[in-house]
Amino acid sequence: MKRRNFLKASSLLPLGIGGLGFKNLSATPFLASLGLKAATNDNILVLIRLNGGNDGLNTVIPLDQYTNLSKARSNVLIPETEVLKLTGTDNTGLHPSMTAIRGMYDEGLVNIVQSAGYPNPNFSHFRSTDIWNSGSDSNQFWDTGWLGRALDKEYPGYPTGYPTADMPDPLALGIGTFSTVTQGPKNQMGIGVSNPNTVYDLINGNTDTAPNSKYGKELAYIRLVNEQTNVYTKAIKAASDKGENLSTKYPTGARPNSLSEQLKIVARLISGGLKTKVYMVSIGGFDTHASQVDAMDHKVGTHANLLKTLSDSIGAFQDDLKLLSLDEKVAGMTYSEFGRRIKSNLSGGTDHGAGAPMMVFGKNVQGGILGNSPVIPETVEVKDNIPMQFDMRQVYASTIKDWFGITGSTLTDIMGKPYDILPIYKSSNVSINDFEDLVSNIKIYEPFPNPVDDEVNLKFKTDGGTIAISIFDPLGNLVKQAFKGRVASGEQVKTFSLKGMSSGNYFIQLAQGTKRVSSVIIKK
Amino acid sequence: MKRREFFSASLPKTEGVSELKQVKKVERRTSSGISEYTGTWSQWEVKHLLSRALFGYNHADLTKYGAKTMSETVAELVNIDETVPDLPINDYSFNTTDPECAENAVWLNTKNSSNFGRRMSLRNWWMKHMISDGTIREKMTLFWHNHFAAESAAIADARMAYVYLALLRKHCMGNLRDLTKDMTIDPGMLKYLNGYVNSKEAPDENYARELQELFTLGKGPDSKYTEDDVKAAARVLTGWRIDYSKNPPIRLFQSNRHDEDDKQFSAFYGNKVIKGQTGATAGEAELDEMLDMIFAKSEVSKHIIRRLYVFFVYYEIDADTEANVIEPLAQLYETNNHNIKPVIETLLKSEHFFDQANRGCIIKSPLDYMVGFAKSGYLNMPAETESNAVRYTHEKYINDICAVSEQALLDPPGVAGWPAYYQAPSFHEVWISSNTMPTRIALMGQMAYSGRKSQGYTLKMNLFDIAENTSDPSDPNILVNECLDYFLPMPSSENLKASTKEFLLPGGLPDFNWTTIWNTYKSDPGDATNTKTCTDLLTYMIYSILNLAEFQLH
Repeated sequence: MKRRNFLKASSLLPLGIGGLGFKNLSATPFLASLGLKAATNDNILVLIRLNGGNDGLNTVIPLDQYTNLSKARSNVLIPETEVLKLTGTDNTGLHPSMTAIRGMYDEGLVNIVQSAGYPNPNFSHFRSTDIWNSGSDSNQFWDTGWLGRALDKEYPGYPTGYPTADMPDPLALGIGTFSTVTQGPKNQMGIGVSNPNTVYDLINGNTDTAPNSKYGKELAYIRLVNEQTNVYTKAIKAASDKGENLSTKYPTGARPNSLSEQLKIVARLISGGLKTKVYMVSIGGFDTHASQVDAMDHKVGTHANLLKTLSDSIGAFQDDLKLLSLDEKVAGMTYSEFGRRIKSNLSGGTDHGAGAPMMVFGKNVQGGILGNSPVIPETVEVKDNIPMQFDMRQVYASTIKDWFGITGSTLTDIMGKPYDILPIYKSSNVSINDFEDLVSNIKIYEPFPNPVDDEVNLKFKTDGGTIAISIFDPLGNLVKQAFKGRVASGEQVKTFSLKGMSSGNYFIQLAQGTKRVSSVIIKK
Repeated sequence: MKRREFFSASLPKTEGVSELKQVKKVERRTSSGISEYTGTWSQWEVKHLLSRALFGYNHADLTKYGAKTMSETVAELVNIDETVPDLPINDYSFNTTDPECAENAVWLNTKNSSNFGRRMSLRNWWMKHMISDGTIREKMTLFWHNHFAAESAAIADARMAYVYLALLRKHCMGNLRDLTKDMTIDPGMLKYLNGYVNSKEAPDENYARELQELFTLGKGPDSKYTEDDVKAAARVLTGWRIDYSKNPPIRLFQSNRHDEDDKQFSAFYGNKVIKGQTGATAGEAELDEMLDMIFAKSEVSKHIIRRLYVFFVYYEIDADTEANVIEPLAQLYETNNHNIKPVIETLLKSEHFFDQANRGCIIKSPLDYMVGFAKSGYLNMPAETESNAVRYTHEKYINDICAVSEQALLDPPGVAGWPAYYQAPSFHEVWISSNTMPTRIALMGQMAYSGRKSQGYTLKMNLFDIAENTSDPSDPNILVNECLDYFLPMPSSENLKASTKEFLLPGGLPDFNWTTIWNTYKSDPGDATNTKTCTDLLTYMIYSILNLAEFQLH
């Protein structure tokens, strides 16, 4: 038997029968790096997706808005005394089941970005997920993901020609499955693996070139997955064998695909030296239209359980990274396709909403809160939503720049347009403390008259410079860019027309640089 | 340089990720439309039709339909039997006792109990129909299950999951407006999307949104319903409840929970006002009025036709396809007043459907893959005469393989159904990943080699049946070529035929070696050494075909 035939026949034994031994891939970087530049740094991002639309108002609770909040959502509201206090602020607290994240916040490891979203929010799970993953505007349809585009810039052509000596591992890894967030311009940058301890030898038995047709396109895709699987499952198992978990804080008895188990795998793979840049994990169940709290005790129930899992899992993961001395190079980010409505419904739940907090955590994150509490109107209508204070794409751009070190026109290419960078990572040239100081220097007063017929006056105070004043409708749509330009320092009053707008609660927002303050205008 | 040399020179060796994604510009353009296909009617066309319209084929199907015309064949496939089959029974009590339902009895009309066993029983029941049904019924029911997606685990009552499934089956080739109405107030759907807690004081918008976004209008560029329309529709839908005192539970309308005020819709709906009604018939009357309003929009037609196209043909819809296929079918659908059958029949008979450009380009879903294999007749699915334990266990195993391949029947990942049917840009490619591909390959390996032993029964591939179904299994060329033709969606190259034959005749041994081995096996199966050699070679050869990337396509 010729050697080639032997190889084919023996490798066709089914998995588990052929004694598929582990081969050390690192010894065979068979494709040398062909002029591809090395990654800018070895930082790693872990994306945690909260699937279904997390109720931000019951997660990061605006204590300074509590009175109005209690009118709007009494049947799901967390009792004020149960809200976890955060060091350094009386305005904001956390859901009582988030003790682990509260601890991390108090240590300066968590950056909370208030009311993240995008202009003209979409309330569909699917469309909004696409927007969050792609980073497009709400009226753009992009097929690529923000991280897919970033990774494509750093590792051009991937996966063709990889693995290389510099990047022997999958660029992005989903524990379970991959996501459109890592879809690149030509290829998916991510692979999905559930069990890091299994290796595969999938055979492409036919070497005929795939024809130039739809059939050929799909054939080439399947063959590519086979090849990637063979290479990368071995790299992943090598890292898993070499790696370890040191934290004792992971919840015991967790189901195999639970968030804590997913994060445990991530920590283990990173400790085993896997050079993967992006990990994707997820937790579902946040679409809490009904019964999100226990009617008798609002601090327990479905949403509380979800947040406890989230918080405990992140807490254990961070503890693990610290014990493994890996916390310098790992940051995590939570996101969800939208927040939920301010007003709860009668089924003890909340419907689809708009802006909601994101959390970025890690040792090299600047701890603190970006932005103010979302302003809750005195009388909340069903349609009222939280307008965005920060565009989530600012968080993305800040991550690409300050975490992955990609700057300049490359950054703009990835994001599609320039975004103001936020003080999220320690490598940022702006400190969150300066930012907070500056925020205290801009202020808006109660608009007058309020309620208003057509014209509203806004008195505000700044230190001078370029500002923007925007008016958002109840759905969170930016309906009027009321002012944009330079102003002198000190207090002043500007008058805006709301003529033609339908009645309801509008949000007026003053922005200077990355700072935001808002108030509510009631249109008669 | 010859092509083959060029290819092997440029191809990295065993472990790299090669240049396989070399198809830069895919030939997508085709101007074929919905006129009736008049071309060749060979095994390849029959296979194409049965793979897409059903879950696959066996040899008898190919013979039967090969003798008819294309038009007769499609007419037969779309002519579904509307009688309700025997209900699922307690076949799970060997594993989970059910205090409310005796073994072999129907559980639908009993009190809720043993929900896991019942759900699995229902899942198996449906899969068996997929395997045995010779019409488009089960494929269309799956289409609607993906379209009006609901999760049996979330419905949390197998009886309601059955009622939901029965509704899909009943209307699978019927009228979409009727199906939408019945689905809106189906107890399982009321549970799944919170319709059963939707009250006038503070409406729950869950169903009202998905009704427009997913079930009817879609999110196309011209689908311009507003957030206020979602809220108005939620108010129309207030008042429905589930009466759990019945077995199975039924819907109930409570007029005191219904919003009796007028509901104002947006300019998209011509500023329609649905007058608030009162009394016991208010909910249904307002629902009818709202569905008339929604179904008057041509976006419904285009949305549903595009979804059918992605399901049956391919996921890319270019301008030619939009003009030559989607629009005329949308017209046909409207002309037929939302009846689906004429649309399906026209699509499946069309020159576009049989266009070479659209052959073999769908990645099999886990159900296509597993049910298709069972349907081929080459998997010894337990007969009805086997015990419940044997049947339930092995049927569930096939379903479990689908579930770990990311298609759990009756438990899609969410209300939008499976991402492979909607998620751009990947669509069907989502089915194939480093997670799922090994599962698919390992399953075929297990079935070809050891089989799966449980409850005293071994589920295994019938390798010799495959060989016996070729026109001359003693001739290695005929055996190999006919097996390739049978399992793969497109004709094989000489290169592939030759490399497959090497598994039967390793190292280029002359043909007579196989002929001798086969003939000896036939004349003297008791010759253990020869029979083992024959089995091994056949296993290698067939498994090599099932291992091909081509086998994942249809």
